[in-house]
Amino acid sequence: MSPLLVIVLRTLAGLGLLLLNGVVLIYMLRKVLAHLHLRIGPNRVGPWGVFQTSMDVVKLLTKEDFRPATADKWLFRLAPLLIFVPSFMAYLVIGFSPTWHFANLDTGVLFVFAVLSFVPIGIMMAGWASNSKWSLIGGMRAAGQQIAYEVPLLLSVLGVVMLAGSLDLKVIVESQAGLWLGFLPKWFILPQFLGFWLFAIAALAESNQTPFDMSEAESELVTGFANEYSGMRFGFMFLAEFSNLFVSCAVGTTLFFGGWLLPGLEHNAVALALGPIVFMVKVYLGIFCMMWIRGTLPRIRIDQMLSFAWKALIPLSLAWVVIFAVILKAVRA
Amino acid sequence: MTDDRLRVTSEGPIVAEGRREPLLLPRGLRRVPRGVDELATEHLIVNMGPQHPSTHGVLHILLELDGETVMAAEASLGYLHRGIEKLAESRRHHQVGTLLDRADYVSGIHTELAYAMAVERLMEIEVPEKAQWLRTLMAEINRIASHVLFVGTFGMDTGSMPTFLYTMREREALVDILEAVTGSRMMFNYVRPGGVTGDLPGGIIEKLETFLSTVDTYLDEYDVLLTDNEIFGPRTKGVGVIDRTTAIAFGMTGAPLRATGMDWDVRKVRPYAAYAQLDFDVPLGSQGDCFDRYVVKTAEIRQSLEMIRQLIAGVPEGEYTAKVPRVLRPPAGEVYTAVESPRGELGIHLVSDGSDLPYRMRLRSPAYYNLAVVDEALAGGLIADAVVTLGSLDIVLGEIDR
Repeated sequence: MSPLLVIVLRTLAGLGLLLLNGVVLIYMLRKVLAHLHLRIGPNRVGPWGVFQTSMDVVKLLTKEDFRPATADKWLFRLAPLLIFVPSFMAYLVIGFSPTWHFANLDTGVLFVFAVLSFVPIGIMMAGWASNSKWSLIGGMRAAGQQIAYEVPLLLSVLGVVMLAGSLDLKVIVESQAGLWLGFLPKWFILPQFLGFWLFAIAALAESNQTPFDMSEAESELVTGFANEYSGMRFGFMFLAEFSNLFVSCAVGTTLFFGGWLLPGLEHNAVALALGPIVFMVKVYLGIFCMMWIRGTLPRIRIDQMLSFAWKALIPLSLAWVVIFAVILKAVRA
Repeated sequence: MTDDRLRVTSEGPIVAEGRREPLLLPRGLRRVPRGVDELATEHLIVNMGPQHPSTHGVLHILLELDGETVMAAEASLGYLHRGIEKLAESRRHHQVGTLLDRADYVSGIHTELAYAMAVERLMEIEVPEKAQWLRTLMAEINRIASHVLFVGTFGMDTGSMPTFLYTMREREALVDILEAVTGSRMMFNYVRPGGVTGDLPGGIIEKLETFLSTVDTYLDEYDVLLTDNEIFGPRTKGVGVIDRTTAIAFGMTGAPLRATGMDWDVRKVRPYAAYAQLDFDVPLGSQGDCFDRYVVKTAEIRQSLEMIRQLIAGVPEGEYTAKVPRVLRPPAGEVYTAVESPRGELGIHLVSDGSDLPYRMRLRSPAYYNLAVVDEALAGGLIADAVVTLGSLDIVLGEIDR
């Protein structure tokens, strides 16, 4: 096969995975929330309602592509793409097994965070272009949130990068192989527990999840930046939210939970062949925890959220980077 | 254009560049251009409602925002006005209850009760003990059903989804009981002048006992989800503070008044129905903030449960209604009766001219007086605080707009 065809096919496969993941995650969210809330959830379309979200996508696709008369024509059309494309790009560097990845970059960690930081620009653009006051407030919130939480998110993974000595996601996973004391998996969550805790909070905020869903804030801003969107443009924003959720959890799994590795079975051929499944199970467990949080907690207030980031998360993550670097140097010396 | 409403700032009406007409703003809201270097910034004026998820009905609040901070707020009412007071003037006294059910649609028993008491006082009807007992029991069940709905919607206002659905579980059990007794889930028309429409059907006491035996663990779940929650506390404590003087000046009653520490409960100060025989406390707050209003309400749920326990311990014998004529013709005169509805002092001022129709019926809507304070209470907070403060006042628009 020509290299160009390989790239095209891999990209299409990535897009297919993203769409499928989105549909599955939305169904999962509705079911998980329903059971947390003493409800049943979708149960009409197909067995256990599994086709509900596919039908919703069909509905969104057949809706009118409506644009408010006063909205900024081009920005309004562009914003959903700007939200959707970065999360798709982040997909492409995630490794599902030693051989299953769409593209292997030796600066994978950096790339993921770099492209994901585009998303709030799209949200801001959507809020501005809608020419609606509630949307504008939602967009501005996204900007403030982004600036505050990007820093601790990046700092929180520095410890992992130091441990692995690489920004390559594949190398990071492979350096988590083996066992400590014969039973503890050498996952980076153990030496990096504080790092993981900071990462989890910042990732919740970055992927706009409760209790940090500021730019949507249903009970305050109606639906915030997405207020004026309908049809598939809204669908793209919704899908991007879920693929960001997936990317956050996939990065978390890669960095802290040994990616596709099963502890103690790193050289077992069967276990390696099952790598993608192991990886997906770990990611979905992470996503389940995020949905659990979403279905339980109230929403934090914007000023409390920002002061939490600036006064607690950023100093803590900075201090942790320095302390961990010193410890690592001392241990390795 | 010399209308005073246009003179909204000390500088006089503002004419923006390129506009022919001055900007027409409601009273109390200003649009102030402020120079920051070369950039002119202005306050953002947004319409919260009448279509907004957190205004608890078709309430419209104009917010003047400086960034996220609310500089001024003005509530505008009337979207749900149905002319209930005027309609009552063409209904016979037995029929007014159906209208009043639609005023405060979350606590119909209380509105009916206030009206029935007004007619009884005018006609000097002696209500049998059993009827008073039934009225008290139903009123307290209705109060809990209303209060748990408040806890749920207040949780929603702070962004907590599960509380709403958890409280629906309790509300469902209570509404089932109300339906079994009154025949309806919301529009009861149960309390009539002279008594009530019927005795308890069989099995209701057992149903109530089952509910009472499980409800305490459910109430503890609310504490876990909201009261003791690390996010809920900072969201509500010190937010939307209304001091006692302001509360009294605005005529506030109910939990928002008691949250300021004022001991005022119509059930205690002017006992009606069977409340004089019941042993209960009036929960009080101290800060007058959203958290205290919430805590007072949850404490009232527990007090109401205690009252129901006392009530079902001794079921009186006797008739469920007094002998009243088919067509009620109260003698000419006027009377004011009040009950403690879940939202505060709900009063009926009834004027009779001796005919079978009320000459004038006026509803003192507690939520209306509680809502009046929002113009002051919302200013200075954030948008999120505005939502929480409004939610903590527990308004029902059907009763405010009437």
